[in-house]
Amino acid sequence: MKIGVLALQGAFREHIAKLNVLGATATEVRLPADLDDLDGLIIPGGESTTMGRLAQSYGLVAPLATFSRSRPVWGTCAGLILLSDRATGQKKGGQPLIGGLDVLVDRNYFGRQVDSFEVDLEAPALATAARPEDPTGSFHAIFIRAPAVLEVGPAVEVLARLPDGVIVGVRQGHLMGVAFHPELGSDLRFHRYFLQNICANA
Amino acid sequence: MERSTGTFTVKSGLADMLKGGVIMDVTNAEQARIAEEAGACAVMALERVPADIRVQGGVARMSDPQKIIEIMEAVTIPVMAKARIGHFVEAQILEALGVDFIDESEVLTPADEAHHINKWEFKVPFVCGCRNLGEALRRIGEGAAMIRTKGEAGTGDVVEAVRHARAVIGEIRRLQTMAPEEMFTYAKEIGAPYDLVKMTAALGRLPVVNFAAGGVATPADAALMMQLGVDGVFVGSGIFKSGNPAHRAQAIVKAVTHYRDARILAEVSRNLGEAMVGRTVESLAEGERIAVRGW
Repeated sequence: MKIGVLALQGAFREHIAKLNVLGATATEVRLPADLDDLDGLIIPGGESTTMGRLAQSYGLVAPLATFSRSRPVWGTCAGLILLSDRATGQKKGGQPLIGGLDVLVDRNYFGRQVDSFEVDLEAPALATAARPEDPTGSFHAIFIRAPAVLEVGPAVEVLARLPDGVIVGVRQGHLMGVAFHPELGSDLRFHRYFLQNICANA
Repeated sequence: MERSTGTFTVKSGLADMLKGGVIMDVTNAEQARIAEEAGACAVMALERVPADIRVQGGVARMSDPQKIIEIMEAVTIPVMAKARIGHFVEAQILEALGVDFIDESEVLTPADEAHHINKWEFKVPFVCGCRNLGEALRRIGEGAAMIRTKGEAGTGDVVEAVRHARAVIGEIRRLQTMAPEEMFTYAKEIGAPYDLVKMTAALGRLPVVNFAAGGVATPADAALMMQLGVDGVFVGSGIFKSGNPAHRAQAIVKAVTHYRDARILAEVSRNLGEAMVGRTVESLAEGERIAVRGW
């Protein structure tokens, strides 16, 4: 399987390392031609305004939107923001979004860096990809100046919530978005879920 | 489990998100918006850019909190601010303001000639400068979640940035060829904690994100530092001391993303207007060198 990782800015190296461990071929995507022949795409964490600006400069916004209409895409943190149809808390003048996920996200829902946190959350969908020692889908998640999902459309499945009920992981068919950073820990289950449950079936 | 804030994972995690990006010095809200619009991944809120600190002299201190707040309110990207080396109360104030990162910076006048801030006591992450591997690992030992090579700030001359990046990367390469017993002696020689020396050898890179700083003035300078192996760049005086800041800022952002694509580098380097005038590092008197501050 050949998976692209958007490499405009942010933590793309970590996603590539995880994909390689799982046996997928990972390539860096910086220009529209890099999207050819991909079985799926990951949009990493980073600064969504920076990625949006760089995507705009090199004519990537429309090709990314076209790609995400039919092919598997997973956004983490900034990637979730870019994949959302609606976002609040953006910079003055707004920022380009790729869209596709029928959700409303709030860009810095949890506040500034001093409010960034780690927490164990329940992601029941992972139970299918779970390790035998962890059949529940409990996942240790890292939130860095993270967004949250405020509203979801009828076609959207909630993959993960914080203990207080705030939605932090969603899936809509071939699109997936999480507000935290599975690329930073050592747990591979979200990457395996994306490859096995979304890319392999697309 | 309850939420844990201010952990080292969360601190170094923000540094990870800044990788492949450009952090720009700004002195007011308008400059901050220009930087954000150009694609900066963060801004450094300052009262005076290093080039002006050089010209005007005097004691350089933490910025007026009012200035920092105005900049935080103007943009949605992370905002960093500088505290003097060893001035842990300036750092406490910056943390209380809610800045996203503190730069314990040699660009300001040091407040302590023997000690750096104990950065483990803070929830906000710190970035610190270094000239070599020993200095980098001492700062990480004190709790820094990100490192930047120092270069020589406010000069527009990239030569020291190159020297410091090559020093760190070269020393890591040498470290990887050492026998375990040689590492104990090496740690002693460079004045670095042994555990961090060992970790660095195993990783083949610093245990935290490493940016370049100090003298980057053009897209080519930025791409040079990236090709040498740093994770991103700080641009201080280079942008707002140039003829067309918005245009140059965008060009440097593009150069950091496409740092190996000479065709794109050629395109973004065209018609940028005046670069900052600058001063060669060679022409600086001994007392004018900033990078030597830090212990």
